[in-house]
Formats: sequence, C-alpha cells, structure tokens
Amino acid sequence: MALFGQRRPFSIRRLPGFTMIAITCFVLLYTPIVTLVVYSFNAGKYIAIWEGFSLQWYVAAWNNAAVQDATIRSLVLAALASLFATTLATMAALGTTRVKPFRGLTAIYAMINQPLMVPEIVTAVALLILFAVIKVATGVQGLYYLVAAHTAFCIPFAYLPIRARLEGMDLTLETAAADLYATPWQTFRRVTLPLLFPGILAGAMLAFVISLDDVVITEFVKSAGQETLPTYMLGQLRRVITPEINAISTALLAISIIVVSLFFVITRKPS
Amino acid sequence: MLTETAGSGRVEAEERRKVRRSWLLSAPALTVLFMAASGPLLIVLVYSFLEPAEYGGVVWKFSDEAWFKVVFQRDIFDGTLSFADAHLMILWRSVRIAFLTTLTTLAFGFPTAYFIATRPASDRNIWLFLITIPFWTNLLIRTFAILEVIRNEGIINTGLKLAGIIDQPIQMLYSDFAIMVGMTYVYLPLMVLPLYASMERLDFRLVEAAYDLYASRLAVLRRIIVPLVKPGIVAGSILVFVPALGAYVTPRVLGGGKNMMLGNLIELQFGAGRNWSLGAALSITLLAIVMIVLLFYVRAVQRASEARQ
Repeated sequence: MALFGQRRPFSIRRLPGFTMIAITCFVLLYTPIVTLVVYSFNAGKYIAIWEGFSLQWYVAAWNNAAVQDATIRSLVLAALASLFATTLATMAALGTTRVKPFRGLTAIYAMINQPLMVPEIVTAVALLILFAVIKVATGVQGLYYLVAAHTAFCIPFAYLPIRARLEGMDLTLETAAADLYATPWQTFRRVTLPLLFPGILAGAMLAFVISLDDVVITEFVKSAGQETLPTYMLGQLRRVITPEINAISTALLAISIIVVSLFFVITRKPS
Repeated sequence: MLTETAGSGRVEAEERRKVRRSWLLSAPALTVLFMAASGPLLIVLVYSFLEPAEYGGVVWKFSDEAWFKVVFQRDIFDGTLSFADAHLMILWRSVRIAFLTTLTTLAFGFPTAYFIATRPASDRNIWLFLITIPFWTNLLIRTFAILEVIRNEGIINTGLKLAGIIDQPIQMLYSDFAIMVGMTYVYLPLMVLPLYASMERLDFRLVEAAYDLYASRLAVLRRIIVPLVKPGIVAGSILVFVPALGAYVTPRVLGGGKNMMLGNLIELQFGAGRNWSLGAALSITLLAIVMIVLLFYVRAVQRASEARQ
C-alpha cells in the first residue's frame, strides 16, 4: 500500500515525459531572451562576460544619432501604417461581416489575407521592382513607399481582431437605434462604432507592432538613409557586436510586450 | 400574385444593395493590397521573362534565360550544359532545413501544446500568453538572442570554457545546424498555437474509454490523440514550413555567407549578383512551392471536414 501511495495517481490526461519536454520548451524559449536583456545591463563591452551592472549601453544608444534617427523613423512609420491599415481594415470588416455570403466574398477574404500567405521575401522583391520603376518615372522620393508597403501588409493583422469583434457583436442595439428613428449614420456613429472600438484599438495595436518589427520588406524598399530600427540592427550585426544592440533590442522588446499585453487585456472575453 | 413578385423583387434589390455596399467598403483596402502586395507579384512574373540589364534592372526583351538558369548552367568555355549545382543545392538545402525545422518544432510543440491543454482552465491563458509573447516580438531580436547563445564568444562556449570542459570554442555558428536551431526557436509558437487549438477541443472521454479497454499509453497517443488532433498538426506544420522555406533573416544572421537559403539567393541576385531576371524567376519558384503546399493544406482541411459530416 505504501508502495502505491508514493506513486502519482493515475491520470488519463498525463502522458509520460510530456510535462518535462513542455517545461524544457518554456525554459529554452525564454533563456535566450532573458540573457539578451540581462547583458544589456553589462558594464563590460563583451556579451558573454559579466562585469557588473551599468546603464552605459542605454546611454550610448540614446546618444547615438543613427539610433535616434532610426527610432523616430520606425515610430512615425508604424504610427502612419497602423492608422491607414486600421481605417481600411475597419471599412473592409464592416463590408464583409453580417452580410449573406455572396459571390466574391471568398475572393475578398483571400485578397485581404494574401500578405500572410506569400513569403515576405517575394513581396519584398516585388515591391523593390515596382518602386524602382515608379521612382525612375516620377522622381518622387521619401517615406511614401515604406508607408504604402507597411500599410498593405498590416491590413490583415488589423482586420482579424476587428472582424472577430464585429462577428461577436449583438445586433439588437443597432436595431433598437434604427427603430428609434436614428439615421444609418447616427446608428453607426453612436452605436456601432463605440461597440466596435475595442476591436479597432486591438487591430491598430497589432498593426503597430507588426510594422515596428518588420525587417525584410523594409530592407528591400528603403532608400539610402532610410534605416528603421530593425534594419539598422541588421546592419550592425555584421560588425563587432557590443551590448548597445542588446540595449536597443531590450527597448524594442519592452514596447512589443507592453502593446501585446494591452492587446490581450482589450480582447479578453469578459468571463 | 402580383404583389408577391414585387415583394421578392424588393428583397432582391435590397440584397444587391447590400452586396454593392460590401464591395464599396472593401474597395479601399483591396486597392491598397493590390497596389502594394498582390499586383507587384505580376511584375515579378514579367521580369522573370526579360533580359537582365548589366547594372541591375532589366532590358525589355523576351528571354527564357533566367528560367533556364534556375535549373541549368552553361559552361563558359565549351558551352556544355549541366545542372546548376549551386542553385539546386540551395533549393534542396532550403527544403531540407524547412522540413527538419517543421519536425523539430513538432517534436517540441506537441508535448507543449498537450501540456497547456491539460492544465486547469484558469491556468491555460497564462501558459498560452507565455507562448504568444515571443510570437509577437521581433524575429530579428529573437534570432540575435540565439546568436548570442551559440556564437564562439557566446554563453554556451564561455560557460564550457569556464567549467574547463573545452579549450577551444565549439564552432556552432554559420552552419546549417545554427540555422535550424534558430528557426526552430523563432517558429515554435507557430506550431504550438494551432496544435493547442485542436487539443483544447479533445474529448478526454475517448481517452478514458481507451484506457478502460486496456490500451497502453503509447496506443492511446497513437490511435486516439494523434488522429483527433491531426488538423492541428497539419495546420502547425504548414504555418512553420511556409515561412521557414522563404526565411531570409535567420539564415542571413546565423548561416553566414556560405550557408544560403533560397531567400538569401534571391536577395543576392538583386544585390551583388545584379541579375534581376534570375532573382525574379527564383522568387516565382519559391512562390510556386509555397502555393502547392497551401493547396495541399486546403485539400486536407476540406477532406477532414467532409469526413466529419
């Protein structure tokens, strides 16, 4: 009896070894990230030898003109792309939900989700060619190209949470508004939009993070002197790496984690 | 009789109006997507059939040379044909690495998803959140994190040296192994999430029934759990395989110049290689492989939903 008492009770859900692999998996998933963050506070200039706590690499990154420039560009780009993508995605979501399936609806879905299916490198190359032609033909330079490219691949990310929110929304309030002689615009402005707002906010946040993190398409589309933070980092990785890169990475990680955590709070279903 | 047709006519008109409204609302998004995502793919196709210009770009003259070069190479001296070993090797390496990455993410992801799905309902969201956080953080940063762990002056080598186990660092970086470790790391969440989605719906009464009928744990896993979560396995595999095949950042950072994958070969043609036509042809090749895999996936999903009915 004592012998059996020491054994774990038989559970139909348990499979031997699975828990250990899962825990290992979580540890392996977080070890590199934690290491990266820890060494951003290293006083020494090597990444693997700890020489004491210091914020010098954050100061160095903050005072680095190239980093400042890239940070501002990244933030402006992400804000613009997220604004445009969310506006377009909201309209598309209003158009494609709560309507009887019609011919062409599948085509619209496929078109909206297309950036998720085509390898990024192929889109990047395609945009490189297109924009090269346009630049030669019109002579227009500037951030427009990056904004257009980022807006396009952010649309599906903004669209998904907005559509999910719309599909879960109750129609009765809108019907009630219409019954009380609200015009369609008033109903939309005063009822639909406020109800939809958490979805729109969530979509905008995802679009912002996706734009902020993009490397491949930006690397191909950018003109000379249009580095964003990720493309700047990619260029630096070819040189001697100092913990300054860790500091920049940690800052970017922090932004992503904060935005994504807020996203989870917003989209969580009230239980 | 007359009023009835008039009524149905009005319903039809109302339907048509709604459909038109759907198209109008979707039009701006579709326009931007066509201009900056789908449309340019057509230009790539056109470019793959043109002659490359000397300093990048193309000459507007039809040529199938680029497609020819994807597979064959002509000897510069005697003009004999042979297979383009370099291209085929990179293509083969890309497929192999993407496939192995899919297998390793499955090996780690399956137990992890199962673990999350069998936690008490209140804990599941926390575990799931822990998986999702890396998924939404920068791929370049995660690749860089792996670089710091496995490079010669990295954590593993420094640790082993300090422990006196090795004198010389073990060269792990700039190899296919490094690319595989990095890609398994960055794409793991893409495997776990769809697997979890199908395991969450797993009916454990079936598992219990199997045990009652004296099935071993292995038999339960093989005959009950795996068949039931197969849609998740297929979806996860596709979600990992597709971006892994077209990967650019991870092989560039961890593979170095010699261990290229298809994405890097394409980049090379638009950069130092200055052969945009060949780059375009290689891009279409990559796109075609991805589309075939996705088509296979859609078929598998359809078959599964038909089987359920």
